[in-house]
Amino acid sequence: MANLNTGDTAWLLVCCALVLLMTPGLAFFYGGMVRKKNILSTLTLSYTFMALIGVQWLLYGYSLAFGPDIGGLIGSLKYVGFLNVGPAPNPNYGGTIPHGLFAAFQMMFAVITPALITGAFVERVRFKSFLLFGILWSTLVYDPLAHWVWGAGGWLASLGALDFAGGTVVHIAAGFSALAFALVIGPRRGYGRAPMEPNNIPYTVLGAGLLWVGWFGFNAGSALAANGVAVSALLATNTSGAAAGLVWMLLSWLDGRPSTLGLVTGMIVGLAAVTPASGFVTPLAALVIGAVAAPISYYAIRFRVRKGLDESLDVFACHGMASTWGMIATGLFATKAINPAGAYGLFYGNPKQLVVQILAAVVTMVFSFAVTYVVARALNASIGLRANQVEEEVGLDISGHGERAYS
Amino acid sequence: MLKKIEAIIREDKLGDVKDALNEIGIKGLNVVEIRGRGRQGGITLAGRSGTYQVDMLPKIQINIVLSEHNLDETIKAILAAGRTGDAGDGLIFVYPVEEAVRIRTGERGHEAVMYPGDIDEKKGLGKAKER
Repeated sequence: MANLNTGDTAWLLVCCALVLLMTPGLAFFYGGMVRKKNILSTLTLSYTFMALIGVQWLLYGYSLAFGPDIGGLIGSLKYVGFLNVGPAPNPNYGGTIPHGLFAAFQMMFAVITPALITGAFVERVRFKSFLLFGILWSTLVYDPLAHWVWGAGGWLASLGALDFAGGTVVHIAAGFSALAFALVIGPRRGYGRAPMEPNNIPYTVLGAGLLWVGWFGFNAGSALAANGVAVSALLATNTSGAAAGLVWMLLSWLDGRPSTLGLVTGMIVGLAAVTPASGFVTPLAALVIGAVAAPISYYAIRFRVRKGLDESLDVFACHGMASTWGMIATGLFATKAINPAGAYGLFYGNPKQLVVQILAAVVTMVFSFAVTYVVARALNASIGLRANQVEEEVGLDISGHGERAYS
Repeated sequence: MLKKIEAIIREDKLGDVKDALNEIGIKGLNVVEIRGRGRQGGITLAGRSGTYQVDMLPKIQINIVLSEHNLDETIKAILAAGRTGDAGDGLIFVYPVEEAVRIRTGERGHEAVMYPGDIDEKKGLGKAKER
């Protein structure tokens, strides 16, 4: 363990806690936006993954994603049950921290990513079907994708695709999976005829705040060391979240009022957009990334609503579209001056990087959309994805969990 | 003859209306939080991207049962305190009441809705029995 660095190790231990905190943050971010008869259900959809992936990742998820490479496509079963994952550093995965710490840090990403998708099907999903979907999605979409992009020998990584903290694996995958799932499950009863007012915007505001705090661990932690790249990632993250929050506020002001929900939505969009770029770009580039991300997602929501599609909490618009832009922006703004392990983008004379970034984004879109669509259709045809009409009208808190949030 | 007043008013006017009623000696009342709509149509709320309309608005319904001879004065008090002049001020409905019974004493009719310091006493029309 000659290479073990206590500073790096301490920082990544903190980052594990920060990224874990994002899932409760997301639960409340989403929970505030649904109707009050479905808030417990919505919280449960996110929290479930802390339990489900906490087990799945240990048993085989980590091994599929980060086990020794098989053909660039998947990891071997060498790390099943965290066997061979010990205190010694793994030179491929943060050579200065214990291998077990890297596995734990990655677990937090594997937990929050499927939780992001739940925004697509809140207020109408049958819990049993959701559980099955969750385990299938993590196994068939997340684990392979994480291997392709981040695993040593993964085929997208080998092509030189840059994704610092999960623009493809986390946000594009979640966004396009959400889109596919929403198409299969269909809209909530009464959608488009009755306004579905958020039950508790303060929860959503609080959740967004927790997400921003956690995002420092998510992005700066992805440096896997307490170093200059981590600091640069933190600065880029903060800048993009701030810029997108400001622009979104202005957009909503032009449409009427500077909405609170709009401000915090913009912040999350900026944070999602900068995620793939965060460790490769300057803070000024991050300013542009955030400022451009806001109108992209803002009008993507507008477009989605006009199409009558009930992708209820806009995972596609806020995460999928923002991080697609983020991947493209990485291909424009990346510079080795920030991260010598990265690459130069188009604006530094390397157009090839832009092509690779777009390829990685498109592969992620097609793969995550297609597998999710097939899995959702199969579940729908067999056990049914939706709660029945009475359960949906009563609300999933009572019909699904036998509890109510407010008495 | 007993009457029931059902006054639908603005949420933020409850305090003013309650004070005005107290002033003339109407202390006994109950309120219900309701949602409804009228000519006002609704309000526009800001969503994540753009705005949306909400047409069922929160209102307060005040229920009062009183003797017919106190009706006009009570309605006048509600009008004076509850009015802003904008759409959405609400409505007052008056119904005949078949019977009123005070559970504690079994008193019926006019007696059942009288109490010390009430509107009749203020007008010198009689005093509720001290019990």
